[in-house]
Amino acid sequence: MTALLTIDGISKRFRGLAAVSRVSFEVQQGDIFAVIGPNGAGKTTLFNMIAGALPPDEGSITFAGQQIQGLRSDQIARLGVGRTFQLVRPFPALTVEDNVIIGALMQTKTVHDAEKIARDTLARLDLFDKRAQIASSLTLPDRKRLEVARALATGPKLLLLDEVMAGLRPTETDRIVATLRDLNRGGLTILLIEHVMRAVTALASRILVLHHGAAIAEGNPEQVLRDPAVVESYLGAESL
Amino acid sequence: MRDIWQRLPTRGKTFCLAALAAAIAAPLVADRYLLSVLILVFYFAYLGQAWNLLMGFAGQLSLGHALYLGLGAYTATALWTLFGIGPWIGVFIAIPVAAAAGMIVGWLGWRFAIEGVYFALLTIAFAEFTRIGFDHLQITGASAGLFLSVNSPGSDKWWNLGGGPLLYYYLALILAAAATLLVAWLRRSPLGYRWLAVREDPEAAQAAGIDIFRAKMIAMLISASMTAVGGVFYGFYYRNLFPSQVFDIGRSIEIIMAPIIGGLGTVFGPIVGAILLTPLGESLTALMQHFGINTPGAKSIFYGLTLMVIITLQPSGVWPWLARKLGLDRPRA
Repeated sequence: MTALLTIDGISKRFRGLAAVSRVSFEVQQGDIFAVIGPNGAGKTTLFNMIAGALPPDEGSITFAGQQIQGLRSDQIARLGVGRTFQLVRPFPALTVEDNVIIGALMQTKTVHDAEKIARDTLARLDLFDKRAQIASSLTLPDRKRLEVARALATGPKLLLLDEVMAGLRPTETDRIVATLRDLNRGGLTILLIEHVMRAVTALASRILVLHHGAAIAEGNPEQVLRDPAVVESYLGAESL
Repeated sequence: MRDIWQRLPTRGKTFCLAALAAAIAAPLVADRYLLSVLILVFYFAYLGQAWNLLMGFAGQLSLGHALYLGLGAYTATALWTLFGIGPWIGVFIAIPVAAAAGMIVGWLGWRFAIEGVYFALLTIAFAEFTRIGFDHLQITGASAGLFLSVNSPGSDKWWNLGGGPLLYYYLALILAAAATLLVAWLRRSPLGYRWLAVREDPEAAQAAGIDIFRAKMIAMLISASMTAVGGVFYGFYYRNLFPSQVFDIGRSIEIIMAPIIGGLGTVFGPIVGAILLTPLGESLTALMQHFGINTPGAKSIFYGLTLMVIITLQPSGVWPWLARKLGLDRPRA
């Protein structure tokens, strides 16, 4: 099986601070791959490098057989990497539907078709009834769903989710978890950063643990969550 | 096109048709003075549409649109006075000249991540040094100005954009109506959606696969080209051009007033703004003349005050508010 995404030894420094150092891993087609780690571990920096928002200082990123490090984020998006932002960034003054149409226009040339894709996607994320609302008027859970809907409407092969569960109530988390599982069954590969362990354990087929910018463990959830290094550095307090 | 029409509520359709019919019939009742005011209304509605495309839709602030207006005006009038090339051909040379200037400004700004206020300063700078350049360009009369002769052969013919107020009236009306249709169509096109995304959040737009540099450059290309056409109209309507007038920052400000008052990023905002603002400004001038007051800059003060009132009462402009009041806004499907 060839990997959909191969990260090979990528690093990023900010003024001498190593945010990410020599991280390598592979995401297989059909995986739900979770990146966990304490605050400041470099998870979002890692994400931004994959999505093209930041160029890595070294290392390579291969997506679907093509090297993508150093490409612009819109080029990477057009290759099939959809992303959400940790702090949600819907287009605030536009309607929910227009937000998603903009995503959908990546896979189709006509607004008519984009509308159709947008409506299907909104239905999938339980936002269909709110499609005429202005995005800035949505509640936080709805804005998070909109963020996922917009990324999904681009028709990605790989979906990058940056803490979409953070700040949600457990019932809302379970709703998103169910939606993501569903999407994954439909063949979508997902790479997620998550703090909410309830979601990680429910979803992830593989987990990578980052600590101070370095990968300290990788494997299936049972192995990783029992790893003494992981328990000490990250899960310590939470797992008790 | 049909799609846009169908999206309008019935009341909106009636309203559009009635307004258009009234505009077409206006010369039957309007005297020469009123006609000249209406010409200015359509002229500012047209230029407002051009500027609004860049600012209201793509979110890029230009305070130097006088550059494209002036280049359009100078190119077409110079071609006519120097080589006898008429404006209907000249306009197709004026457009690429202004568009090229727009591309240079856009490229310099956006390639080097000069955004927002800094980009606006760049646009002012370009208009200013073009003004200074034209002040010294002998072939177009330098600072003494460029004049369109009224008695050279053929200069009074419509195909050379010469003639009575009716010609200019209908020309301005067609320009404003065509620009509105174009903007309404672009708004619902993939390009229009991309512009809105760029305006709302460039980084999120990029994450949705949008090449934001390209989107902004296209907006600039269309906006500068449309403004150049307005410049050709300006040149042949006023029939004299001075660098200190046509490239002036005041000219740029004048262009942006109607869309701001009417409603940024709306299709009808520039028209509503022009309808409100131009007659008010003109009657102020008339009143001042009547009372023998001669205060240069009074109009600017008036514009400034109007802007303050509108921004305080209706920050998103008059049109969104008016549309709600009249029940003309899009029904939420």
